[in-house]
Amino acid sequence: MFLEFEKICRSFGGVNALLRVSFYVEAGTIHGLIGPNGSGKTTLINVVSGLTESDSGRLLFDGVGIHRLPPYRIAALGVARTFQNIRLFSNLTCLENVIAGQHLRVGRALLPRLLRLPSARLEERQSRQDARGCLSRVGIENRALVPAGSLSYGERRRLEIARALALRPRLLLLDEPIAGMRQREIEEMESLFRSLVQAGVTILLIEHNMPFIMRLCSRITVLHFGQTLTTGTPEEVAGHPEVIEAYLGVEG
Amino acid sequence: MESLSQFYAVYGSLINFIGINAILALSLYVTLSAGQLSLGNAAFAGIGAYASGILTMRFNMPYPVSIAAGAGLSAITALVIGMPVLRMRGIFLAMATLAFGEVVRIAAVNMDITGGAQGLVGIPNKTTTYIIYGVLAATTYFLSILRGSKIGWSLASIREDETAAMVMGINTSYYKTLAFVLGAFIAGIAGAIYAHLNFIVTPGEFGFYAAVQLLIYNIVGGRQSVYGPILGAFILTALPEVLRGAGVTAGSLRLGVNGLILLLVILYLPNGLIFIFNRKVGGNAGRSGGEVQSEV
Repeated sequence: MFLEFEKICRSFGGVNALLRVSFYVEAGTIHGLIGPNGSGKTTLINVVSGLTESDSGRLLFDGVGIHRLPPYRIAALGVARTFQNIRLFSNLTCLENVIAGQHLRVGRALLPRLLRLPSARLEERQSRQDARGCLSRVGIENRALVPAGSLSYGERRRLEIARALALRPRLLLLDEPIAGMRQREIEEMESLFRSLVQAGVTILLIEHNMPFIMRLCSRITVLHFGQTLTTGTPEEVAGHPEVIEAYLGVEG
Repeated sequence: MESLSQFYAVYGSLINFIGINAILALSLYVTLSAGQLSLGNAAFAGIGAYASGILTMRFNMPYPVSIAAGAGLSAITALVIGMPVLRMRGIFLAMATLAFGEVVRIAAVNMDITGGAQGLVGIPNKTTTYIIYGVLAATTYFLSILRGSKIGWSLASIREDETAAMVMGINTSYYKTLAFVLGAFIAGIAGAIYAHLNFIVTPGEFGFYAAVQLLIYNIVGGRQSVYGPILGAFILTALPEVLRGAGVTAGSLRLGVNGLILLLVILYLPNGLIFIFNRKVGGNAGRSGGEVQSEV
């Protein structure tokens, strides 16, 4: 099991945001996380990335317990994420955002730069090339020198994904990555996610767009009031009576 | 050539003060580049000044050793107080560092080895204009390179969005402490060379007024480029002399003019005066990764 939740609990002053959440994510797949608003999806992603500490339970990533690690250590294991409310460095250009995201991969040591060694210049050139590669992967390479703050909504979401890719993640956590995107953009993201999975990345994805989730995910976990209602294939989940009642509505 | 030396005879001390203030402004620039508002840098300069002065006078240390030790002590102090203090953000960090500055000032007033309220008197005059501007040039070069290094990118990320920086793998506490300590080290150097310029250092020189002055240099000059704080320090240090030359001598008016400049810059040039020169450079993602626009 690539990512395994074992009875993860987290409460915020009496409210059980997560209550004994247990499921696992298989390596090299896209795993969907759905549930009504306030069901604990974002809290769960925050627990994985280390921003929120779980009260109890275990969280294993590739066999390593990460439930007590700080965010930067979890990132160092190859976990990257985006945010539901988009957290870009809006005063920096798109290219600079991605370069900042290379923190764990590119040395940028001070001394070779102070001495202006050729190795530093080569590293800088490669890093910029690599950053442009990330931008073109999400389809915004033409916006490289534009401040992130002046991007359109959909472009911001793409840039955040590009910045996450700069870390070369093994696990990518996406919190509503296509919210606010147009149909054409959604299709582009779909093929991007598929190609990432083909390249060996595992994706854990929160999304409200049900057709998108059903098309893309090999397995889906449904959260309801902080508890796991069920985990299964899209067909199993869509046919689950409790899910229909709690989330999809009687009409389906 | 003669007119040049005449100019230096008249304005030499002003030129020196501009250089020292510029180095001090850069010390705060480092901390600000991580989004941390510290009002303790004047006190760090004070620690550097007193420590180096005492080492030279009482222990007959050679000048470079005194300077290095003064800056080192300043950095160590920053490391010790930085660990708890940097858990605070924004205005709380400013208040904590302000309190620290007052502690340093009061300590300097009340200790024997610092000469009490009269100050430390009789520090040998060993700092030259060349040394000041050599240090300024070295600091400027160092910081401009730092910007494009892993440290510089980490500080910029923390300033922009600390949460996003964390999940990108940046150990934010480490880099915030590093920025704080580096700022204190630079302030310590500035204080130490100032002590050996001035014959005397007094506690009042490193108080609240000085701390805020450093912030004003950064705001007026601009924090987006390493040259901004230098420009701010230059303008605001030279301005009283220029005004004196224009026949305006009142001391209180001088503060008023400073305030007016600050106000106008905040209103009309939120990126600082350097942005007038820098528009082109700021517009592209230059080799060193020039950030665009203000963080305010």
